[in-house]
Amino acid sequence: MTEAIAFLPPRADVLARRAEILADLRELVPPGRLVEENNALVPFETDGFIAYRRRPLAVVLPETTAQVAAVMKYCHRYGIPVVPRGAGTSLSGGAIPQEDAVVLGLSAMTRILDVDYANRTATVQAGVTNLAISDAVGSDGFFYAPDPSSQLACTIGGNIGMNSGGAHCLKYGVTTNNLLGVKLVLVDGTVVDLGGQHLDSEGYDLLGLVCGSEGQLGIVTEATVRLLAKPEGARPVLFGFESAEAAGSCVADVIGAGIIPVAIEFMDKPAIQICEAFAKAGYPLDVEALLIVEVEGSEAEMDAMLASIVAIAKTHGVKTVRECQSATEAALIWKGRKSAFGATGRIADYICMDGTVPLSQLADVLKKTAEIVDRYGLRVANVFHAGDGNMHPLILYNINDPQDAAKAEAAGMEILKLCVDAGGCLTGEHGVGIEKRDLMRHQFSDIDLAQQMAVRSAFDEGWILNPSKVFPLEGRG
Amino acid sequence: MLTPATETEASDIIRAHAEIRTPIHIRGGGTRAGFGNLVNAAATLSSSGLTGITAYNPAEMVMTARAGTPVAEIEAALAANGQGMAFEPMDHRAVMGTTGTPTIGGLFAVNSSGPRRFTAGAARDHLLGIRFVNGTGELVKAGGRVMKNVTGLDLVKLLAGSYGTLGFLTEVTFKVLPTPKTTATILISGLEDETAVRAMAAAMSMSVEVSGAAHLPESVRGRFLGSTLPEGPVTVLRLEGLAASVAVRADKLEAAMTGFGPVTRLGADESEVLWREIRDVAPYADSTDRPLWRVSMAPSRGHELVAGLRLRAGVDAFYDWQGGLIWMRMEADPEADILRHGIRSLGGGHATLLRANPEIRTATPAFEPQSRPVALLSERIRGKLDPHGIFNPGLMTSGVSR
Repeated sequence: MTEAIAFLPPRADVLARRAEILADLRELVPPGRLVEENNALVPFETDGFIAYRRRPLAVVLPETTAQVAAVMKYCHRYGIPVVPRGAGTSLSGGAIPQEDAVVLGLSAMTRILDVDYANRTATVQAGVTNLAISDAVGSDGFFYAPDPSSQLACTIGGNIGMNSGGAHCLKYGVTTNNLLGVKLVLVDGTVVDLGGQHLDSEGYDLLGLVCGSEGQLGIVTEATVRLLAKPEGARPVLFGFESAEAAGSCVADVIGAGIIPVAIEFMDKPAIQICEAFAKAGYPLDVEALLIVEVEGSEAEMDAMLASIVAIAKTHGVKTVRECQSATEAALIWKGRKSAFGATGRIADYICMDGTVPLSQLADVLKKTAEIVDRYGLRVANVFHAGDGNMHPLILYNINDPQDAAKAEAAGMEILKLCVDAGGCLTGEHGVGIEKRDLMRHQFSDIDLAQQMAVRSAFDEGWILNPSKVFPLEGRG
Repeated sequence: MLTPATETEASDIIRAHAEIRTPIHIRGGGTRAGFGNLVNAAATLSSSGLTGITAYNPAEMVMTARAGTPVAEIEAALAANGQGMAFEPMDHRAVMGTTGTPTIGGLFAVNSSGPRRFTAGAARDHLLGIRFVNGTGELVKAGGRVMKNVTGLDLVKLLAGSYGTLGFLTEVTFKVLPTPKTTATILISGLEDETAVRAMAAAMSMSVEVSGAAHLPESVRGRFLGSTLPEGPVTVLRLEGLAASVAVRADKLEAAMTGFGPVTRLGADESEVLWREIRDVAPYADSTDRPLWRVSMAPSRGHELVAGLRLRAGVDAFYDWQGGLIWMRMEADPEADILRHGIRSLGGGHATLLRANPEIRTATPAFEPQSRPVALLSERIRGKLDPHGIFNPGLMTSGVSR
C-alpha cells in the first residue's frame, strides 16, 4: 500500500498513557459506550477512503451532549487528539483516525427531537441519517433537501462537517443553505447553541463557519434543519449525446435560457456502461454522454419546462430522449445514477475525485482528464452534477498493485490541480480530509491559508480536533 | 475620506493604520450609515473607488464585481440577461434617511436580504467568493466562483454580515439566478395577526412554491400601494415563475386560502411595487428617527412577541418571512430590555436596532447580546483577522477593549 499522505506522528506521551486514559474515559460514558478491544477498533480504522487506515487509541460512542462535553473536556485537558465520526462514509478520509486519537462517534445519537411543521423545521441528534429526516416527514408532505448519494447511511452530523450536497442541490442548495442551527460542543467542553429556528445570525456567522469545517471547530451534537414542502411531482428525463461537448453546451444553454431544473446529472460512456450493467436502468449504450435532467412541479409545469429543454437539446444533436412514463421508471433512472459508486466498486477498485469547475470549462476539463488518466495507463469513468460543475472522475485501478495505486493517486491529484487551474476548486462536496490536504497550497496562497488556519486556531488553539486533516501539516499555529 | 482605487492602495492604507494602531471606519456608499453601534474612528475608508464588473458569464449564473460597484449597475447588467439577485437585497436609503449609492460590497457586508430570503436564502447564501484586506494589510482571498465548494474554512460566510469589522472587502463573486417571468400576489383580508400566521404556515406547507409571505396589519395597510389595498389587515402571498404555472398555482392557493377570509389577487405590476415596498419597509420610511427594530424569530412566535409588547409599550409592527421577520417601530422609547426578554422567552432569535436618535443609539446595543462563550469566541475570531482592532471598533459589540 502506498503511504504518500503523511499523518502527524502520534504523541508518545499519549500512547504511553493509553490504559490510564481508557480507565478515565470509562468513567465518562455509560457501560458499553467505550470501544477499546483491538478487534472492535478495526471498523473505525478508516472511512470511505479505504486506501489509508490507522487504529485509534479508543472509540467513544456517547448518547448525550453532556457525555460528548465530558469527553471533550477531558481530552482537552490532556491534549489528546479527537476525531469526530458520523457513519464513516467520508470519501476524503475526513474520519480516519490516528494512533493517539480518541474517535468520538455520534452514531448512537439517533433521536429526532422535534418536528415543527408550522415553522418547517426538524431538530435532530447528530447521528440521525440524512434519509431518516425525509422519511420521518415524508408522509406529511415534507422533505429535507440536501441528498448526498450516501444518504441512506450518512449522518446529519457528518453532512454538516462536510457541507454535503447531492444531485438536487442545483435548486435547493447544499447543507449550509438548509441548516438553521446547531448545538456545538467546543474543544474545552463548553456547549453553545448557534442559530435556532430563526433566520440569520445575531453576530458573526459562526454557523456558516462551522458548516463544512470537517470537525475542526467543535462537535455538532444536534442540528435544526429546514424542511420543505414536497413538490407536486418530479420527472427525470434521459438525454443521450454524441459527445461530452454537446452535452456540456446543452447544460449551459438550458441554464442560459433561464430554466433551473432541480437536477442535471452527467455520465460519460464508461459510467453509463458500469451503471447499466448493475442497475439495468435502460440507459442507452450507444451514446458518449448522458444527462439526467429532472424537473418538478405540476404536470402542466413539467410538460412546459421539458418541452423547452428538449428543444434546446435538439439544437445540440441529442440522439436519445427518454421521458419516463411512470414512477417506477423514474425510480429506475435514479437508481442507476445513485448506485454509480457501488456499481463501479464491483468491477474495479477506484478512487473518486471531487473537483468543481466553472460550467464553461466542463468540456475542456473532461477532455484533459481523459488525457491524464490515459497517460498513467488507467481508466476513468465520469459521473457528476453538471448543473453546478461538480465533477466526480472515478479512477479505476487495482488496490493490490502498489504501483497501480500510486499511479491512481497521482492521476487524481493532477486532475484536481487541473480543476483549480480552470478556475474551480479542489472539492465540491467530499471535503479536503487527508486526501487533498497537501494540495491546499495549489488553490490558496500562503496568506489565504494562514488566515484560515488562524481562524481555526481561534476555536482550537492546541489543534487537537481532527488534527491531521484539511490544512498542510507545516505552517500551523 | 480615503478612497483607494486599487487593492494595493487599500492594503497600503490599512497597513499604515495598523502600524500606528489607528482605527478606521469602513464603508461602501454610506447608504447604510447608522447601522450598528457608534464608531469612533479618525479616518474613513470607502470602497467606492473600487468599481466595475470584472467577470460575468450568464450561462454560469455567476458574477464577479469590485466591492464599490453600484448595486444599480449590477442590477442593470443582470437584468439585460434576464437575471437578478434572488435574495432581493433591501435598499435602506428611505428608512435610514440616507442618500448616496448602495454598493455591492456594502450589501454583502451587512448581509442584506429581502422578502425572498426565507425560501431563497440570504445574501450570504449567494456569496461564493471574496477578496478582502485583513487588519494587518494582507490581501486574502476566500471561496471561489463555483456553486459547490467545501475547500477549507468558509471565510466567505464569516465575512458576510460582519459589517466591516473583520476585513475590507475589495471584490465579491456571487451567484445570480434567472428573474421570474411573472409574479402574482394573493391577498387575504381581515385576518388578525395570529390567524394570518396560521394562514401563511398553511400556504408554505403546500406545493405551490410561495416566494413571499407577509402580513400587513391595519395600521400599516395605507402605507402600501398608494393606499389601494382592501380595507382591514391584509395577508399577502407571492407566487413567481412562468405565466402558465403562476396562474395554475394561484388558483390552487386561492382555493386553499378562502377558508381563512376573503381573497383577491394582484397582477404582476402591482405585485412588483408591493413587494418592493415590503422589502424597503415603506411604512416606516417616515423621515423620523423613531426607533426601528428588525427582529428575527421562529415564524410562529413573532406575533406573540408583538402582542406582548403592545400591552406595555407604544409599538407598531408588520411581518415578513411568514411572520419570522418583524419590522417594529416604537413610539418613543426603544424598550430594548422588554423586547429582548420577550424574544428569549419565546424560543430565541435576535433584535437589531436599525435606526434611533443619537442618544438612544449610544445607550442601546444595536445587536443582540450573545452568550458569554459565543461572545468570547467571536472576539477571538476578530483577533485573528484584525489583531489591532482597527476596523469599525465597537460597531458590533459594546466597545470591548483589547
